[in-house]
Amino acid sequence: MIIFNNVTKIYPGSKIPAIRDLTTEITRGEFVFLVGPSGAGKSTFIKLLFREQLPTKGTIYFEGKNIARLTKGQLLRHRRQIGMVFQDFRLLKQKTVYENVAFALEVLGRSPRVIRQKVPDALAKVGLLGKEKSFPSELSGGEQQRVGVARALVKDPLIVLADEPTGNLDRENSRQLMDLFETINKEGTTVIIATHAWDLVDRMQKRVIALDKGRLVRDEKRGSYDV
Amino acid sequence: MFNSLRYCLRQCFVSLRRNFWLVVVTACIIAVSLAILGGFLLIAVNVNQIIANVESGVEIAAFLLDGADVADIGDRIIRLEGVEEVRFVSKDEGLVEFGKSLGDEELLAGLEGDANPLPDVFRIKAVSADIVPQLAEEIGAIEGVEFADYGEELVSRLLNLTGWLNTLFMGISVLLALGAVFLIVTTIRLSVIARQEEISIMKYLGASDAFIRFPFLLEGMIMGWLGTLASTMALGAVYNKIAAFLQQDALIFFLRPVTSPEKLVPIFIGLILLGTLMGGIGSTISIRRFLRV
Repeated sequence: MIIFNNVTKIYPGSKIPAIRDLTTEITRGEFVFLVGPSGAGKSTFIKLLFREQLPTKGTIYFEGKNIARLTKGQLLRHRRQIGMVFQDFRLLKQKTVYENVAFALEVLGRSPRVIRQKVPDALAKVGLLGKEKSFPSELSGGEQQRVGVARALVKDPLIVLADEPTGNLDRENSRQLMDLFETINKEGTTVIIATHAWDLVDRMQKRVIALDKGRLVRDEKRGSYDV
Repeated sequence: MFNSLRYCLRQCFVSLRRNFWLVVVTACIIAVSLAILGGFLLIAVNVNQIIANVESGVEIAAFLLDGADVADIGDRIIRLEGVEEVRFVSKDEGLVEFGKSLGDEELLAGLEGDANPLPDVFRIKAVSADIVPQLAEEIGAIEGVEFADYGEELVSRLLNLTGWLNTLFMGISVLLALGAVFLIVTTIRLSVIARQEEISIMKYLGASDAFIRFPFLLEGMIMGWLGTLASTMALGAVYNKIAAFLQQDALIFFLRPVTSPEKLVPIFIGLILLGTLMGGIGSTISIRRFLRV
């Protein structure tokens, strides 16, 4: 599903590569942790996959297509297949929980009927039914992040990309969020999570891709945070 | 498509409401600049009409040599092609007219009879203004006619004046329009800043560039449109008042204002289109410069 082929990324104005000659493959339905210290290249990996950045060298294939060569329309379709979850949630403060999730479908031009049908489903999946009318400021961090996940899920993505999703959550909320990601993954969605949360990684026993200074240093099927 | 359009419209109105006062100020500036432009256009239309009136009312005055055969000359003039009306003004009548135009007939006392310095004159009206120069030449060539004059200097002066006024009006209008466009750029920029976070989220959700940009474009066009609508309404009302006032005053015919809808409606429609276009241009500049999608 995803192939990184000798990918190097050097940001303009920087001499040190953020990703260095990285080759790896992720198949459909996998659950992958991207781990490594700050500056290891985890976020760049996610940006490359979302095609927010282009590789300086090498090729990235997504569903058989070289994503550097996508047309405008194909790029949109590519991004619509990806549900993004952020460390800082990125919810719209002036919109309710329901509106935040519905927003993901509105920007894709879905009809009100589809929105009315899909948003409650997504909220049910993340356990937020009954909070539809709350504003983000009225929710706990864990609840806000679950709204973020519902927003990513509502458009039925092939893959969920999460960049430090537990960075702003306490241990209990982080654990619950990981359980949620596991459920999503079991339903067939590929999940890729960049994280520092070693305890969660160790507990989940999923595939771990470890990066350091942009290099792939470890790739284990049922890995832990440290060797 | 329909769903997207509805979303864009809603976004646009939310933005307009959020920046309400800025929108009002921008619309007002557009209104003022376009009202001035419109005012100039109305003046130009009227001046053109005055020129046309003056031209069509132009009489050729054929000044006769002393002792010329008045009856024969009159006859020959009438037979020329394009002559509509010929009136003979004898030197005595001319003196009376002149005295009246001076407002003090006493000034000319003692100039009657043989002392009268004025020549006999034929005043000739042509069927249309454009043949006047040609006709004047033909009349001037008739034996016994000293020269034929049709006030060409007045016409050319008027044309000169309007050309000069038009340039001035256009210059001022362009400056004002640029100012208005600049304001729209600023207003849209503020809208973009206010929605920066939303825009970045939209990008992550897979919204198309057009989808993100369209509400801003619409916002600018609506601002321009509102401004021009206000200015055309104000301009229309003021013009109507002035036109009604001038007509009441029973002005000499060539100073009457233009009131025919065929001439006025295109000006007003043109202004509305121009204002909307200015709004569109302003927001396009702003979107290109400040909206990174």
